[in-house]
Amino acid sequence: MSSSIKEGAISPSPETKLVVEHVSMIFARDGKSVPVLADIDLDVRRGEFLCIVGPSGCGKSTLLNLMGGFLPPTSGAIRIDGEIVRGPDPRRIFVFQERGVFPWLTVEGNIGFGLFKLSREERERRIAHYIQMVGLKGFEQAYPSELSGGMKQRLEVARALAVDPDVLFLDEPFGALDSITRLTMRGELLRIWETEGNTIIFVTHDIDEAVQLADRVAVMSSRPGRIQQIVDIDIPHPRDISSPRYLELRAGIYDQIGLAHRI
Amino acid sequence: MNSLQQPRKWESFFWPLLTVAAFLALWHFAVVWTATKIFPSPLDVERGIVTLAHKNVLWLDIRDSLRRVAIGYGAAVVLGIPIGLILGWYPAINQVVNPAMQILRPISPIAWIPVAIIFFGIGDDSAVFLIFLSAFFPIVVACIDGVSNVPSMFRRAGRNFGLSPLQLLAKVVFPAALPRILIGLRISLGIAWLVVVAAEMIAVDSGLGYLIIDSRNSGKHYDLVVAAMLMIGVIGLILDLGFRRLEKMRSVRWGFRYES
Repeated sequence: MSSSIKEGAISPSPETKLVVEHVSMIFARDGKSVPVLADIDLDVRRGEFLCIVGPSGCGKSTLLNLMGGFLPPTSGAIRIDGEIVRGPDPRRIFVFQERGVFPWLTVEGNIGFGLFKLSREERERRIAHYIQMVGLKGFEQAYPSELSGGMKQRLEVARALAVDPDVLFLDEPFGALDSITRLTMRGELLRIWETEGNTIIFVTHDIDEAVQLADRVAVMSSRPGRIQQIVDIDIPHPRDISSPRYLELRAGIYDQIGLAHRI
Repeated sequence: MNSLQQPRKWESFFWPLLTVAAFLALWHFAVVWTATKIFPSPLDVERGIVTLAHKNVLWLDIRDSLRRVAIGYGAAVVLGIPIGLILGWYPAINQVVNPAMQILRPISPIAWIPVAIIFFGIGDDSAVFLIFLSAFFPIVVACIDGVSNVPSMFRRAGRNFGLSPLQLLAKVVFPAALPRILIGLRISLGIAWLVVVAAEMIAVDSGLGYLIIDSRNSGKHYDLVVAAMLMIGVIGLILDLGFRRLEKMRSVRWGFRYES
């Protein structure tokens, strides 16, 4: 268990935000134990945009849930700012697909949800600010059922950003959107990331998405999941998605996962 | 929301009224053709309602029935919702309580009448107790069901924003379960309204149920019997329509989208 690892044994460099140390995860299913993650090691830099890609069922969502503190690892530990993660925390917010917004609250109510400890003025200031940022002005009093999928996703991102977290965990956030909305949302997420400077860990099964967004892409193997390779995406934003370098990096990841280039 | 599919305004009144008129006509002519001496025609019933209204009996009986439902059902709501929320929230407690509840639940409130009379004697308290019983279990079950069906995503999002367990229950679990709870409340109000009539036939000497039994016993006034039945139907409909308005509230409407 994680208790065998002494806290503070490693002094993290100021550059490192999050460390995954020898993390393994075994689920018990129908009396059998299913290894889901095997000895994962991963460092995430402060302010980095890291994408985790891999085939479905490789445990990438499980890994994200461990980082978010929603599950304890079977062995190993996850540290954020040198501190072992023991549970969810408002300093790091998990963003689900757009279904995570609260349907019983208005847009304003959703964005203000995590701000209950703040004064009324500060809360209203932040709500207004983030409504503006994600382009939901004019929809303050709307309920999620009146919004499109893309708007709901922006609302959930705004709800997360409003509590000013250092880390955002995004679990296939754009998976349920149509391909045009998905492209727009990627652009908006990058714009927000560049202004807010959060560390973003983004799980996706879409290789193009990963290469378009990330500073680095962690490629996972199928179950039990391991980090197969970490690819630096050394193209500055905005990225030309028909440039040779982009195609080369993308092809490399396809090879890594073992996908053919032709359909 | 397609305006083409919506019936025109006059149609939404016209067809239901036509059905009612057709039903009354069928009833009237059935009485005329069979030349029955016992069963009243719609006109007899109308005269019966007028007689009752003039003697002020009707209003007093309606008031008494509604009062019993308000107290018994109100107590079931006040106790049932917190108990249901707790049982849904702590499955361990639910496992302990559930078998006992599953045995008590299918027992018709009518079967409780003798027991109620032992506990509370013949009178208002017995009737109120029966109404309470009839509404309590459906409300508890609806709350358990509502809470255990709250998507884990909502709970996790709540925890992620640093809510204490009590805040999580109040700000996430309850509003997320509210549509299902409202359905349970509406169904149990209907049951309570069914049971009050039965309880009043036995335990008390006022109310619409008593009016039915009394009209029959004191000289076979079947016009008054049917008049009281109609009043029960109309009031039940009004209660149900009132509840349906609650379901249109914006903060719960998301849970009723299938009704458009």
